[in-house]
Amino acid sequence: MFAVLKRELSAYFSSPIGYIYLAVFYVFSGYFFFGVLYSNTTSLSNVFNGMFTIIMLLIPILTMRLMSEDLKNKTDQALLTAPISLVSLVLGKFLSALIVYCLGVAITLVYGVVIAAFAPPDWTVVFGNVLGMLLLGSALIAIGMFISALTENQVIAAVGGFAVGFSLILVNSLSSLISIDWMKKFVSGLSFMERYDEFTNGILDISNIFFFISVCAVFVFFTVRVIEKRRWA
Amino acid sequence: MIEVKNLVKLYGDKRAVDDVTFTVQKGEVLGFLGQNGAGKSTTMNIITGYLSSTSGTVTIDGHEILEDPIEVKKRIGYLPEHPPLYLDMTVKDYLGFMFDLKKVKLPKKQHIEEICNVVKIADVYNRVIKNLSKGYRQRVGLAQALLGNPDVLIMDEPTVGLDPKQMIEIRNLIKSLGQRHTVILSSHILSEVQMICDRVIVINKGKLVADGTPDSLSQSMSTDHKLLVRVAGPQEEVKKLLAKIPGMQEVNLMGQRETGEVYDFSLEAEKGMDIRREVFKRLAERSWPLLGMRSSELSLEDIFLQLTAEDSTTEAVSGNGGNA
Repeated sequence: MFAVLKRELSAYFSSPIGYIYLAVFYVFSGYFFFGVLYSNTTSLSNVFNGMFTIIMLLIPILTMRLMSEDLKNKTDQALLTAPISLVSLVLGKFLSALIVYCLGVAITLVYGVVIAAFAPPDWTVVFGNVLGMLLLGSALIAIGMFISALTENQVIAAVGGFAVGFSLILVNSLSSLISIDWMKKFVSGLSFMERYDEFTNGILDISNIFFFISVCAVFVFFTVRVIEKRRWA
Repeated sequence: MIEVKNLVKLYGDKRAVDDVTFTVQKGEVLGFLGQNGAGKSTTMNIITGYLSSTSGTVTIDGHEILEDPIEVKKRIGYLPEHPPLYLDMTVKDYLGFMFDLKKVKLPKKQHIEEICNVVKIADVYNRVIKNLSKGYRQRVGLAQALLGNPDVLIMDEPTVGLDPKQMIEIRNLIKSLGQRHTVILSSHILSEVQMICDRVIVINKGKLVADGTPDSLSQSMSTDHKLLVRVAGPQEEVKKLLAKIPGMQEVNLMGQRETGEVYDFSLEAEKGMDIRREVFKRLAERSWPLLGMRSSELSLEDIFLQLTAEDSTTEAVSGNGGNA
């Protein structure tokens, strides 16, 4: 797993993808941070709030090459004939994307330090928010990786990821249209936005943590199954 | 060492691999022969675990590929038809990565260096793989297969695309590797297989049609309707006499091996006809001594063409050294 992790990580930075992802992430989070500084508050929640949509749309860029590239170049032959379990393989790739994502998220801690030069922010809230951002990212990366495993075309993987991202944003407003009670609850339970907003509002809810971790685990599992299925086809 | 039993692979209705069974002993070099699309690569992919069979088992050193995949894959070094190279990596990084991926327990730097020297890629060690020529890329692929000194080496057309000099080098390399490893290699080049392999398997349209040593195969395939005879007598008349034998299709003068009026002829009669007695009788009638007679041995090429002929209904042929 570590071999795969190392290699994928270096691949992110030997092509422009890693740099572009981080640059875009920093630019937009910087914009939101500017908003925070401008409004004379120590609360960073504006940054975390605003970044939700950006993250939804940026992560497919990160995950589009994860599985598709190997499929296209036939290097998956080397990976699948090596004495490594499918789970290790998938986890190695997942973690490599997660690490790049974390490098992006780390900038929020820098913002916290900058604010601290003027007045100390509420650090527990900041950490709670960072946790929320990490969990959101894990879930979305897992979904993006799964979509990437379905195709050898990186563009399709990216577009698929965007489609899922948009749907998740829309699901939120969908729940207000539904009149059936249990359906309403179900749909709003699936809402990434609502659960993430609770983090940015400073609420650390175990059910939200579980939600994101479960989504992550489920899609990692699905990815393993898709690759497994391809062997039997 | 390697046991393949009743392997079947279906793609929808198409039987890419149709009930293939064979074994490979430890230290043996096995050659896979077959036309393009016969099922050689598919069989190799199944053995290495890249694909799964529809039914049938593959057992390496007692471990079955579906039950114990990691144990099996540890023992195999695989060079597929298109070497799985990461073009954006350098040879050094790539081999380092494959070393870690295969969980090799040997001293890293030393081992990789050794292999690079054996395969002769030491001078492109720091180059990005994208910038290497086909021959070098093939050798990097071979180096990757050798990492960890696996017991079994499986190579799919290892010399394809190389120039003649490189071909000879790689063949000699494989031959020397065959002394320490069990090797399965597939090829189109019959002379190569004849030179390197202890045993040959011919696959046609997914089915195994021949399994034996190159020599035994050619012996078992030859029949008594094709003969080489050595006769002492006047050339033209002997030829005419032989041509008159009922069922004879071709009589060709092969030359003179002995001094005097002694000529060699190759005779071909209709398939299935045993003309040996007729030949003897008629020559004896005219008192022309029959100094030698033998079935003409088929070259591996003839065997291959015969076995893979479109309209043939050949049954499986087995020579010595088959399933031991």
